[in-house]
Amino acid sequence: MVRAAINRGKRKKMTVADMAIIVFIVALSFTCIVPFLYMIALSFSSNEAIISQKVGLWPVDFTAETYKTILSDMDMLYTLGYSIVLTIFYTLVCMFLTICAAYPLTKKRLKGRNFILTALVFTMYFSGGLIPSYILVKNLGMMNSVWSLVLPGAMSVFNMIILKTFFSNLPESLEESAAIDGCSDLGILIKIVLPLSLPSIATLSLFYAVDRWNGFQDALFYITKKELYPMQMKLYQIISANQQLDSQQGGEGSVGSYIVPESLKAASVMFTTIPILLIYPKLQKYFVDGVMTGAIKG
Amino acid sequence: MKAVLDSSRKYGATKRNNNFLYYIKRDGLLYFLLLLPMAYILIFKYAPIYGLVMAFQDYNIFEGIRGSEWVGLDVFRFIFEQDSFYRALKNTLVLNVLDLIAGFPAPILLAILLNEVRQAKFKKMTQTVLYLPHFLSWVIIGGMVYLMFSNGGMINHFLSGLGLERIEFLSQKTPWLITYITVGVWQNIGWGTIIYLAAITGINRELYEASDIDGCSRLRKMWHITLPGIKPTINILLILQIGRMVSIGFDRPFVMGNSLVSDYSDVISTFVYRVGISSGDFSQATAVGLFQSVVGLILLLSANFVAKKLGEDGIW
Repeated sequence: MVRAAINRGKRKKMTVADMAIIVFIVALSFTCIVPFLYMIALSFSSNEAIISQKVGLWPVDFTAETYKTILSDMDMLYTLGYSIVLTIFYTLVCMFLTICAAYPLTKKRLKGRNFILTALVFTMYFSGGLIPSYILVKNLGMMNSVWSLVLPGAMSVFNMIILKTFFSNLPESLEESAAIDGCSDLGILIKIVLPLSLPSIATLSLFYAVDRWNGFQDALFYITKKELYPMQMKLYQIISANQQLDSQQGGEGSVGSYIVPESLKAASVMFTTIPILLIYPKLQKYFVDGVMTGAIKG
Repeated sequence: MKAVLDSSRKYGATKRNNNFLYYIKRDGLLYFLLLLPMAYILIFKYAPIYGLVMAFQDYNIFEGIRGSEWVGLDVFRFIFEQDSFYRALKNTLVLNVLDLIAGFPAPILLAILLNEVRQAKFKKMTQTVLYLPHFLSWVIIGGMVYLMFSNGGMINHFLSGLGLERIEFLSQKTPWLITYITVGVWQNIGWGTIIYLAAITGINRELYEASDIDGCSRLRKMWHITLPGIKPTINILLILQIGRMVSIGFDRPFVMGNSLVSDYSDVISTFVYRVGISSGDFSQATAVGLFQSVVGLILLLSANFVAKKLGEDGIW
């Protein structure tokens, strides 16, 4: 039956409309690829070629000099390593808190559950905003410390609710039988609930990791020490270097007074993007699953 | 149900009583697990909400909230007299409305088109590519935009190659606005389809088969089956987006904006940053933030209310 249906589908002829749709989608996909091709082309081209605007989607006067500069610059490699460690640490902290919140809140018998849930959900729709958070971080003495990049965003209520929904959808009989066998709540969580939830834990970890990797605003607000700059902040400094020379109104940090060549900017963009390009295609499925689970709630 | 089962199984016929200690003893571990997350929420979510009182003070960083002088609504009065505040508010609304007009229908359209593609492999590959921009930070995107759209960039290179005039995408107001919105659509169009594609999967196949028998055209099927099928999803996302009309992310306008187009690119979040963190006027910046939070909440509640009145599903 199924095969027959598939065959019938295959035998359907491509109509003009089909072609038009495919052409449109291919064109759109190209707009997602072209920027990368251009960045690669720029990063491998000589500056003379770039300034005289000869570079299209293919490197002109091929040179790997720019990447040599980046890779020999210990700063850049240090920032890369630091950002990776920071991202992993942040993700671990977030997942720990998210699990600790999500599991108890699946128990309908828990006294005060509704109150706690309301208190949590409220923060999704109303927040103190940038400045009170900034003052808080300042008062807690976390300025220019790694903690300012970890703690203020250490749990997303939205992600917590996704995980809670997932926990609640596990078959109840499993937990019940474990409880009858004398398993404590903690035992149930560690031995039964968590192992069964690995896919959604992976998904949420990825969401947190991407947030941290791409996060820029908190670093701009809280960090002035160069050693503590995450990758995005470093990239921002490189990219905005000449722009700030053009107009002195920017005023963030003290960027060197030299001009950063376009090829170096393009190479830095690629350098920051490559980790994402490396892991994203393999993990795409988890991301998509996460959006679906989130959608069920809504 | 389960609660009743649990308690009756574990504690036999013990009558439920509201004794605090009883619950602590029974669910102590669960409360213990909640301690850290609750501490987190209290400190990092509710303490800043308490910090909003700065908006009613002449806040002094050395005196703190307790020591600072109360000034009532003076800060708000001052802000509502500032042209720069209205400019930020106006820009926020303009950018958000344009985002809504251009960016909201785009993923719906693309999802419907993707749904028409029968070649599974092709579909999967393009989806992978189309989702990618969602995972790039605004700093990366901003860097790419700068390199591509600046006067010496690829796009202008291309335009002049065609014999057209160069366009100052990043330093002239209208071209900047178009660039900003287009890049936003580009970033979200692929990822935004996921939810709609899932909703389309949920539509009853028989409807399509029946319409095939009736000889419906493709467009009619899209219009009369697919669109109504995903309408609840569209509604919810629309409510949420309307609720966010006065709030705007920081990264995108900050990274893409520059001093030449600040008449268009200075929005509430960048205004708060400039006034609060760069100039240290904490009370003013907090007041603007509070204004934004309150209006946002009102908008969200109203959008939800209207949707329900119209007989649609709301978010609550």
